[in-house]
Amino acid sequence: MTDVINALAGIQAGSALDKARDNRPEARKHAQASYEALFAPKEPGTFTLAERFAVATFVAGLHGRPETKAFYEENLAAAGASVELRVAIASEVFESHTHGPYGHYPAGPLSVENSDGLKYAVGTTARQVLGPRLTAAFEHTHMLVFHPRDAAPPSLQAMLDAGWSTTEIVTLSQLVSFLAFQIRVVAGLKVLNARPA
Amino acid sequence: MSEKTLTPPPHTEPVVFTRDMLDWLPWLQPPTEEALTPRQKESLVDAARSKSDYFRLLARDPDILEARTRTDKDIFYNPQAGAPRADRELAAAATSRLNGCIYCASVHARHAAIYAKRADDVDKLLAQGVGADLDERWNAIVAASVALTAIPIDFGPEHIDRLRKAGLDELAIVDIINAASFFNWANRLMLSLGEPATQG
Repeated sequence: MTDVINALAGIQAGSALDKARDNRPEARKHAQASYEALFAPKEPGTFTLAERFAVATFVAGLHGRPETKAFYEENLAAAGASVELRVAIASEVFESHTHGPYGHYPAGPLSVENSDGLKYAVGTTARQVLGPRLTAAFEHTHMLVFHPRDAAPPSLQAMLDAGWSTTEIVTLSQLVSFLAFQIRVVAGLKVLNARPA
Repeated sequence: MSEKTLTPPPHTEPVVFTRDMLDWLPWLQPPTEEALTPRQKESLVDAARSKSDYFRLLARDPDILEARTRTDKDIFYNPQAGAPRADRELAAAATSRLNGCIYCASVHARHAAIYAKRADDVDKLLAQGVGADLDERWNAIVAASVALTAIPIDFGPEHIDRLRKAGLDELAIVDIINAASFFNWANRLMLSLGEPATQG
């Protein structure tokens, strides 16, 4: 499989930056292996590829980086998602993208650093299209993307109640958190690639 | 019948950023050590991690855990050239400070303080936040980590220029980008699957 980070950052094989990345061969290899574990798993199980790419398309949309956004949108379509679902995700991205990280600390000296932001709930129309599983996943995902320090058990319980298993929640948490990494590495390397020494 | 989240036992939650050792209490049920399959054990990479609730919980999906762990180790521990370990740990600590992961910040603040022998500067970062004035090299690394962690991402050519001027070469800049980006992964897992607790 193509090295996704290089492809999205526009790094040419054999270029100076490509060679610099080769000095961290395990990081490079296993960033790719991470992508494959999440998006081309040996056994997707009950967390389907279409669900994985739906969440990824939402996450990439919220980050607003054109290169990764287009990549996950294309993969969602290729996974067989309906036009209705793709439109609903685009609309939820439009309604809920904001600035982060924000959130609250445990009461004490850090309370002065508390900052409030959007507490997202999926819109009425989109709930019908997404269904209960993806609705719960999107609400949890928005928190993870923009205000992870507000995380608390009720959001996990909402996912369990919507039919996610504990193991599926671990995979979903890895997927959203991995994307927070991948999107930033791509953004950073793209800037570096365009700014040769 | 859906599964239930865990209610952690009585504990004291840390209310400041610290270099002290902390515990971490899961909100979802990790497999017991005895219940780990051979594949799950292998995915921990270090056998000692089977004592950790955090890693046993993540071992529920062994393939992504193993790939994540091997990515982590090479970004932080590969000693071949690039940014010194202290700089990579600083990027991890600054990212954790901004996202608000008290547990992650405690681990990587300890490492940064030890490898750089600059406990006072690390404590200043923890106490004052990512705006703390350290020295120009560390300020440049913190600023780059902050710009990458912000959403929308705010990282631009000015951050590259500042890192270069502070003496970082191409590979060192790749290391900082990797380290700050990786902690956007780690912080989200630590913050959302359980909570920190003061030891003792």
